[in-house]
Amino acid sequence: MLEIKNLHARIAEDGTEIIRGLSLTVKAGEIAAIMGPNGSGKSTLSYILSGRQDYEVTEGDILYNGESILELDPAERASKGIFLAFQYPLEIPGVATMQFLKVAMNEQRKARGEAELTTPDFIRRVKDAADKLKIDQAMLRRPLNVGFSGGEKKRAEILQMALLEPKLCILDETDSGLDIDALKIVADGVNALKSPDRATIVITHYQRLLDYIVPDTVHVLYKGQIIRSGDKALALELEENGYADIIGEAA
Amino acid sequence: MNMQTTSRLTAAETALVEAFGAQIGELPGNGAVIGTRDRLLDDLKKSGLPTRRIEAWHYTDLKNLLRILPDAATVSAIDPAAPLVEGSKVLSILQGTADAKAAVDGVEIALFRDRLADGSAAAGLTALDKDDAIGRINGSFVRDGYAIAVPANTELDAPIELQALHGAGQVHTRFPVSFGAASKATIIERHRSVAEGSALVSSISDIALEDGADITWIILQQQAAEDTHLGQIRVKLGTDAKLRLFVINAGGKLVRQELRIDVAGEGAELTLRGVNLLGGESHTDVTLVLGHNVPNTNSTEIIRNVVFDRANGVFQGMIRVAPDAQKTDAKMSCNTLLLTDDGGFSAKPELEIFADDVVCGHGATVADIESSHLFYLMARGVPENKARAMLVKAFVAEIVEELEEEKLVEALEGVISAWLEKHA
Repeated sequence: MLEIKNLHARIAEDGTEIIRGLSLTVKAGEIAAIMGPNGSGKSTLSYILSGRQDYEVTEGDILYNGESILELDPAERASKGIFLAFQYPLEIPGVATMQFLKVAMNEQRKARGEAELTTPDFIRRVKDAADKLKIDQAMLRRPLNVGFSGGEKKRAEILQMALLEPKLCILDETDSGLDIDALKIVADGVNALKSPDRATIVITHYQRLLDYIVPDTVHVLYKGQIIRSGDKALALELEENGYADIIGEAA
Repeated sequence: MNMQTTSRLTAAETALVEAFGAQIGELPGNGAVIGTRDRLLDDLKKSGLPTRRIEAWHYTDLKNLLRILPDAATVSAIDPAAPLVEGSKVLSILQGTADAKAAVDGVEIALFRDRLADGSAAAGLTALDKDDAIGRINGSFVRDGYAIAVPANTELDAPIELQALHGAGQVHTRFPVSFGAASKATIIERHRSVAEGSALVSSISDIALEDGADITWIILQQQAAEDTHLGQIRVKLGTDAKLRLFVINAGGKLVRQELRIDVAGEGAELTLRGVNLLGGESHTDVTLVLGHNVPNTNSTEIIRNVVFDRANGVFQGMIRVAPDAQKTDAKMSCNTLLLTDDGGFSAKPELEIFADDVVCGHGATVADIESSHLFYLMARGVPENKARAMLVKAFVAEIVEELEEEKLVEALEGVISAWLEKHA
C-alpha cells in the first residue's frame, strides 16, 4: 500500500535535512510501528506523508497504491485515504466542530465522486462514533479542539479518523499526554478500524502504546533513516535496552 | 485669510456649500435650528473638509478622498426590507425620510423632522469639536430620523431595527435615543444601499444609557461600492449601565465610523466589537474616542479586520482615563488578516492615562492565515480555497458569536458569509 523509496527531505525554510535516505514498505492490513529517539525525524515523516508544505522532498519517492503522491496537496492525499492523527491537534477558534466534520466528510466524498451525506445520516454517524469513544456531545458543540483537554483532543482525532474511514492511518505520538484509561479508549478506537484493506503507521516513543495496538512490524528511525526493522519483539528489546545499542550497531 | 481659504474649496466642498444654498427654506427647522445649521455650514466652509494634517483625520484625508458629491435630490421609491432578525420591530427611514406611522409598543417614538421643526433638536445639532466634520455635515443637512425613548424598567422582547435604506443621492439622518434606568433592549442600526448610483450618507446616533440600562446596539453598514458613509455614534453611559456595541462594516467606498463614548457612571461596562470586511478599492476608518471619566468602570474593545484586493482600513483607538477614574480596566486589541499585497491596514491605539491605579492595555496584530491551521483543515480533505474561506470566516465569526441572541448571531454570520462569497 505504501512504499517509501530512498526518501530525502529537508525543511523548506532553512534547508536542514531531516530525512536522509529513508525506505519503508507497509502492506495493506499491516500495523507498522515507527520508533526512535527524539529528533530522529518521526513527526517530520508523518508531515511529509500527509503533504505539509513546510518540507521539501529532494530525492526519492513516496508511492501510495503504486502511484507517487509527491505532487498532491494535503487535501488530495486525504481524499485518497491518507489520514494523520496529529501529535498536537490544533485549536481553531470560530470553526464549529460539527460544521468542520460535515465539510470534511462531504468534501472527501465529493472528491471521490460519492453523494454528500444527508444531515440526519451525518448526525447519526457522528453520534455513534462519539459514543464509542466516550466523547461528550457538549464537546462537539464547541469550536474545533478549543478548550479540549489533551486527552479529549486525542479522542477527537480518533473520532475524525473513524468518520473519515481512511485507508492509511498515521498516528503521531497518539499516546503522549494520555492516562491509561484514555489510552485504552483510543487504542480500542484504532483497533476497531483494523481491516485487511487498511494499513496503520503508529509513531511512538514508548513501547506502552504497543501493548494495546499490537504491531505486525517495528522499525527504528534514527537520523532520518530506518536503521533496523523487526517484529513486535524489537519493541520489547528497545524497552529493555534503550536505543543506544541499536544506534551503536548502526553507526 | 478666510477669503484665501474659501477660494481653495475643492469640488466636493463647493458642492456641499451649493447644496446647502439650494435647500435654504426647505430643510426642516425653526429659527434656532436654522441658526445652528448656518453656523455649522459656515465652520465647514471656513475650515474645509479635514486633511491629513488634522491628527484625527491623519489616515483618512477626507478632502482628498471625497472628490465628487452625488446630487442632493435623487429620490426613487424604495420599499422597506425584511428585518435582519425575524420578529424585529422595524422603524424604516427610506431615502432619509422616516415613517410617520412607525410605532413600537411601550416605546416613545417621535419623528426627528418634528424635533427640528419645533426647535427641540437644536441643542443636539452642534459639532463635538473643531475637527468634527461629520457633526458639521450632518448638523447642516439632516432632515429626519427617529427620536426614541425607552422608558425606565422596560424590557423589549424583540429587537428594534432602524432600517435606513437608500438609493443614489444624499441622505442625512439622526437618531437620538435614550434608554431609561434598568431598561433592556437590542437595537439594530442598519444602513444599506438598495439601488444603483452613488450616495453620500451621514448618520449620527446620540444615545444615552441611564443607570443600570443593559443595551445591545448593532451598527451594520452595507453601502454600495461607490457610496460614502459618514457615521457617528455619541454614547453616554450612566451608573452600572452595560452597552454591547457591535460595528460591522461590509460595504461602501469611503467609510468613516466614529465612536465617541463617555463612560460617565461608576460600575458602567462597555463591550465594543468591530468587524471590518474590506474589499475592492474601499477605504474604511473606525475611530474610537473613549473616555473613562469616573472610577470603577471597565471596557474591552476588539476589532477584527479582513483585507482583500486594494482595500485600506484604519482603526484609531483612543482611550482617555480621567484623573479620578481609579480602578479603570480597559483592554483594546485590533487584529487584521491581510490577504493581499495591494491592500493595507493602519492601527493606531492610544492611551492617555491620568489616574494611577488602572489596568489598561492594547495590542495590534497583522497576519496572513495561520499556515498550521490551513494544513490541519486540508489534512482532513478540505480543499485549499474552502479551508481558507473557513478560516477567514472563523476569524471574524468568533467576535459575532459573543452575542447572546442566537438569531442575531445567525443573521450576522449570514451577512459575513454572503460578503465573503462575493469578495473572497
